[in-house]
Amino acid sequence: MSNNLTMFEKIWQKHIVAEPKDQPEILYIDLHLVHEVTSPQAFESLRLNNRKVRRPELTIATVDHNITTDDTRTEVIKDEIARKQVETIRENCKSNDITLFDVWDKEQGIVHVIGPEQGYTQPGMTIVCGDSHTSTHGAFGALAFGIGTSEVEHVLATQTLRQRKPKTMKVEFKGTLSKGVTAKDMVLKLIGQIGTAGGTGYVMEYTGEAIRNLNMEGRMTICNMSIEGGARAGMIAPDQTTFEWMNGRNKVPKGSEWDKAILEWEKLRTDKDAKFDSYVEVDCDDLEPFVSWGTNPSQVLPVSAKIPSPEDFEISLDSQSCANALEYMGLKPGTRIEDIHLDRVFIGSCTNARITDLRNAAKIIEGKKVNSNVRAQVMPGSTLTKIQAEKEGLDEIFKSSGFEWRESGCSMCLGMNPDIIAPGERCASTSNRNFEGRQGKGGRTHLVSPEMAAAAAIEGHFVDVRNW
Amino acid sequence: MEKFIEHTGLVAPLDRVNVDTDQIIPKQFLKRIERTGFGKFAFYDWRYLEDGVPNPEFILNDPKFNGASILVTGPNFGSGSSREHAPWALSEYGFKVIISTSFADIFRNNCMQNGIVTVVLSSKEMDKLMTNAMRIPNYKLSVNLETQSLSDNLDFSAEFEFDPFRKDSILKGLDDIGITLQHEEEISKYESKN
Repeated sequence: MSNNLTMFEKIWQKHIVAEPKDQPEILYIDLHLVHEVTSPQAFESLRLNNRKVRRPELTIATVDHNITTDDTRTEVIKDEIARKQVETIRENCKSNDITLFDVWDKEQGIVHVIGPEQGYTQPGMTIVCGDSHTSTHGAFGALAFGIGTSEVEHVLATQTLRQRKPKTMKVEFKGTLSKGVTAKDMVLKLIGQIGTAGGTGYVMEYTGEAIRNLNMEGRMTICNMSIEGGARAGMIAPDQTTFEWMNGRNKVPKGSEWDKAILEWEKLRTDKDAKFDSYVEVDCDDLEPFVSWGTNPSQVLPVSAKIPSPEDFEISLDSQSCANALEYMGLKPGTRIEDIHLDRVFIGSCTNARITDLRNAAKIIEGKKVNSNVRAQVMPGSTLTKIQAEKEGLDEIFKSSGFEWRESGCSMCLGMNPDIIAPGERCASTSNRNFEGRQGKGGRTHLVSPEMAAAAAIEGHFVDVRNW
Repeated sequence: MEKFIEHTGLVAPLDRVNVDTDQIIPKQFLKRIERTGFGKFAFYDWRYLEDGVPNPEFILNDPKFNGASILVTGPNFGSGSSREHAPWALSEYGFKVIISTSFADIFRNNCMQNGIVTVVLSSKEMDKLMTNAMRIPNYKLSVNLETQSLSDNLDFSAEFEFDPFRKDSILKGLDDIGITLQHEEEISKYESKN
């Protein structure tokens, strides 16, 4: 193997099964994650074509999108169509010998939280899921990306995918974060800088001092939102932080196999002379906490800023987009972000609901009360995260502050289950998308870090968590 | 997958940027386990008012665009979620061709799997098409995948790029799985080595 390859190229090359002339490469898939929403049509079509799941042992499933987060979750789901979908994944997993982490299992959780948590996600792997936030797993130095349902079927049937080789983009986060500034702010700044299509056609590799200093949860937050910048995958080279986080997890190699695995994983990092197709630099030295003000994740500003006016944009499409967003969000140009008042706060989702996210939010609110105008909720990323948080007493901190402490699931990130916000309600959310209607028709979403969401819950409006 | 070789149809303009898949098919309709039944929910939040009455402000509700099968729209169409329900909904609504200056990756892939032809044109060509679709009554385009070209019966014509493998699959109405399984031996070989 030549010594001028990027980490992406090394993983890509190792997984090529065939390169048929004039066709996309056939790429082997090491891990296929499945959830209830994007899989039923794939299993059905497989059945209709008399095909079998080729490698059930490389496929794991959970229920996360549809399930409720209150204490009725182990009962029969009231919404008949949602119930049918959850029952369907149970039947499909049973008849195809696929491990399913169901609603009553402690291993259940948001698919992108449980993969790493259980040690299924490992460096050097190819990982896919019928879910765009599959990019999360790239934090471990895996090539992980979201696919559609037809591709889910393709992977079930062949354990491979047909892919044209994407281009590579190096994103270097320079400098160090000040206290109260997080991975979420880094990635929101990046998306603001490159736009929601800036990464289209690319796999991003995140590098630089600020990345190296992040813990694994922070790295997952950044890779998770790669898709919001248009990139199907984002990745970070594994290092000591990665190995320490993984060590001892359920599915990772043990004993001498572990030592051998580390030696292999260390070779994954991008070679010194490797070339990327594109390069972006993000300065983190003066980074402020970020808040989204619009209806896509590139419409973001530092917390000290004011809401822009359509006239501030030179390109007419951006100007139009700003005008549409302000109308939908019910915001006026010139309003200080700190003067935006909130009705709801949501701490959850595959972006920011891991144990350190919950610890950081709890630290902010400890001993304080949620503002009387705000309904605040925490939905841990997985059941094991919830159990861990309860062991540490975090649930008590949240509850005594006035937060609702709920069960795990995708929940209000996309509101497929009953957790939605009402038309006109304004929500500070630790999730990944502020699209129109994402959290409920007419609902207004502001994307922030867990720390910013927690402080906003207490004050009832955004505050700069650095001085709070 | 249905074959697509050539299509002539009415053009509808949706002059918005970054139309995400949450707009194309909102989440409350993703619970179905079938591939069908999504067309009536396409663009639901824009298309209907609170009480379920069609929103007269939404361009696709304009009777002029009844029966449109070609959508011209702003850049980065289909961003966000990987839900294939989005192309299913668009296809069932009646769209066979979507024209923009750019598409989100996963969405475009999903369209390919469903025989929807996604055409990328330059901004200049798009501006012209958007204007024509808005101003010229009953504005139609003919799109030919074989020759990778499109034209109206006035003065507009353009060529577009298309992945040759995807083109062949869509022209013949082939699904990927069958083609990949022709490489069964190589897959097995890979598995025994790894």
